[in-house]
Amino acid sequence: MSEKKTNRRDFLFTATYAVGAVGVGATVWPMIDQMNPDASVKALASTEVDVSSVNPGKTITVLWRGKPVFIRRRTEEEISEARSVSLNDLKHPEKDEDRAKDPQWLVMLGVCTHLGCVPLDQKGDYNGWFCPCHGSHYDTSGRIRKGPAPTNMEIPKYEFVDAKTIKIG
Amino acid sequence: MSDHEYTPKSKVGKWFNDRLPLLTLANHLTDYPTPKNLNYWWTFGGILTFCLITQIVTGLVLAMHYIAHADMAFDSVEHIMRDVNYGWLIRYIHANGASMFFLAVYIHIFRSLFYGSYKSPREIIWIIGIIIYLLMMAAAFMGYVLPWGQMSFWGATVITNLFSAIPLVGEGIVTWLWGGYSVDNPTLTRFFTLHYLIPFLILGLVVLHIWALHVPGNNNPVGIDIKKPSKDTVPFHPYIVIKDGFALLMFMIVFAFFVFYTPNILGHADNYIEADPLVTPAHIVPEWYLLPFYAILRSVPDKLLGVIAMLSAILILAALPWLDTSKIRSAVFRPLYRQFYWILVADVLILGYVGAMPAEGLYLLIARVATAYYFLHFLVVLPILGFKEKTLPIPLSITEPILGGSPNLATVKNKESLNK
Repeated sequence: MSEKKTNRRDFLFTATYAVGAVGVGATVWPMIDQMNPDASVKALASTEVDVSSVNPGKTITVLWRGKPVFIRRRTEEEISEARSVSLNDLKHPEKDEDRAKDPQWLVMLGVCTHLGCVPLDQKGDYNGWFCPCHGSHYDTSGRIRKGPAPTNMEIPKYEFVDAKTIKIG
Repeated sequence: MSDHEYTPKSKVGKWFNDRLPLLTLANHLTDYPTPKNLNYWWTFGGILTFCLITQIVTGLVLAMHYIAHADMAFDSVEHIMRDVNYGWLIRYIHANGASMFFLAVYIHIFRSLFYGSYKSPREIIWIIGIIIYLLMMAAAFMGYVLPWGQMSFWGATVITNLFSAIPLVGEGIVTWLWGGYSVDNPTLTRFFTLHYLIPFLILGLVVLHIWALHVPGNNNPVGIDIKKPSKDTVPFHPYIVIKDGFALLMFMIVFAFFVFYTPNILGHADNYIEADPLVTPAHIVPEWYLLPFYAILRSVPDKLLGVIAMLSAILILAALPWLDTSKIRSAVFRPLYRQFYWILVADVLILGYVGAMPAEGLYLLIARVATAYYFLHFLVVLPILGFKEKTLPIPLSITEPILGGSPNLATVKNKESLNK
């Protein structure tokens, strides 16, 4: 047996392995995918919030998809503070204009991007938010300024349905 | 292992044993030759088996009353505490049992580190042990989530979010783990399922751990290879059974003290507040047995690197048999290693302490130094020490220093090669 020739048996082995691999994959995938968000979880995708009672300098927190969303009506100082920061000073550079469509209203996920705690309002070195878990400081635009969090707090998809109602999601 | 063939005395026993050699196994376990110089640090294997069985039995009973649903879990735990007959006792045994389990496993691990039990030919025993330890941490973490208190919820949030540090697929993995967009009911039900499964996986691994142990036999405080059976060994029963039994009783006194006198001292008051996804407790800390790793996580200012450092701190242990280059097992004959060993013990205790403190100022500095030293110990000190250290002469057998007893030829040969 000096030279190895491909014969019928090799072909059968290869074909069997290939079909077997597809079969195993097709059986395992449902077992894995069943853990992903189910239809009832996905169905709760949007929330409408009445913000008429929120005065400047106040934050309300609402629950959307099981996560807190901060809706803050910012004061003039907060807005100018957020807009005057140079992008070079930011760990995750984003303009405040891109984060708050209407400068008065900041709508963002109240979830620290480090490990998911809820940051505290009006705390920290940048007058924005401070996460008590591992010490991340966010500014008045919810951007990460100091601490272990890698990115700014996320802005969810939202829109003003009318002057006093925000629809999140 | 004993060399002689075992034959049951009774006819029925012989008939059975020929078909399923369980009696041969029982005979092997009772006669199993054990080094006669084992000290009390060697009793924690038996204590750990007791801990595992205690957790399985009390857990089984708790599962008869617990309801794994986000709306009912917290109340069902209070129902166990107030209404179920002896429910308070069973739950306190289970909750404190987890701490006792970790207390025993840490002593067991540090025993191995001191006496070099992880070295050839016992690497596989050691690695199985590390896998058991990882599974214990997973089981303990998921069990802590089940009462659905504030610490349960936020601990689950923080720990599952560790996976979000993985580039590209991290967020997807976290959503998959949660079964939603935050920790919620789907997370609770799957954690309950896995919490129920893992102890049985551990049980299976414990069988492999003991099987692998019975191939080379126990290491011993002197750390030399011994002839089995010989004047250096005693049969497992009754000698070790009695000694393990006495140590277990002492351990149970400590266990009972926690259960009956301070059942909540190792927990957090915040966990008696029902989970609230809108409010994070002011000070999140994991259970005491995870604190050193938590300190390592927080000491690194980058999210991904912090997670990598924390996981490496555990996984580095699996490589220990190859990182420690010294041929001498026991620290008794390694004067320098002995000092570094105690520095490591102190280092881990310091990490545990700063892990419980806020991550700022001096605490953060201490955590960083201690983290650096932890890795230095395994990656630099141990490999170099094996070559540089001048070890003390090791005895030829366990009895030799006292009785001038019969040296084992294999040991003599080994010693000659070691002492050059």
